[in-house]
Amino acid sequence: MTVTINHYMIVSLLLFSIGFFGVLARRNFLTILMSIELMLNAVNLNLVAFSRRLSDLTGQVFSVFVITIAAGEAAIGLALTISLFRQRKTLNVEEADTMRG
Amino acid sequence: MAGALLTGTAGWLFVVFAGLALAAAIAVVVAKNPVHSALYLLLSFVLVACIFILQQAEFVGAVQMLVYAGGIMVLFLFVVMLVNPRTVRTDKTFQHQWDVALLLFPILLIPFVYVLWTDKLPDLPVNPAAFQTVRGKLAGNTEAVAWSLFRDYLLPFEIASVFLLVALIGAVVLGKRSLEKMD
Repeated sequence: MTVTINHYMIVSLLLFSIGFFGVLARRNFLTILMSIELMLNAVNLNLVAFSRRLSDLTGQVFSVFVITIAAGEAAIGLALTISLFRQRKTLNVEEADTMRG
Repeated sequence: MAGALLTGTAGWLFVVFAGLALAAAIAVVVAKNPVHSALYLLLSFVLVACIFILQQAEFVGAVQMLVYAGGIMVLFLFVVMLVNPRTVRTDKTFQHQWDVALLLFPILLIPFVYVLWTDKLPDLPVNPAAFQTVRGKLAGNTEAVAWSLFRDYLLPFEIASVFLLVALIGAVVLGKRSLEKMD
């Protein structure tokens, strides 16, 4: 089986789309965060594939930065989850729809 | 074929890993229980790390395993235990506009398909030695990434460290109880 850059892009696209659908459609705040991680993972897949295709290391270095940002984003998002749960006793994003308090 | 990234057994392994990773990703989005979602997400991360290692990006694969599968997943499972998913209503998994979302997200396909059809990449042969050599000498992938990271991308590296500090402080401030209750 010969795998070209197009195969990588199709897999990455599907992974990103699944994550995007999760962000749009799920109610649970935790699952929305997990879907964002899926999307970042899809981007990493593409970066590393293009790094190999173009024989350039930059893509791999960039994906290390993306993983760093994902770690920070997960920490902040989970802190927000705990804060939301403490105030509302729910993780449903449709119930947390007021700006105040 | 000039643009082939993987051939032979490696290509078939890619198909297996990618298919399983996509199945795990669908399970993440569909699963009702957040604990199941987290475990499927872990599976997806590990499979994507396998794909990275398959294409000789060993350092990124290792970082993916350590940071995602090790760090972020523990964080997720920890929070799931803290908020106790039994108290969260699970009768309706999706928002009421989920069908609109399902209709809208193929719009993402348009730019991707455009890029796929108008492939203007240079037709170079893939050269794996390019990310295993340091100053003309063959070294490991980790060493090559380190040279690139600490020489060409030193400023972004330092900015990332400041970003992590900001995230650390932000998480502590958001996560602690309100000041009035602490007094």
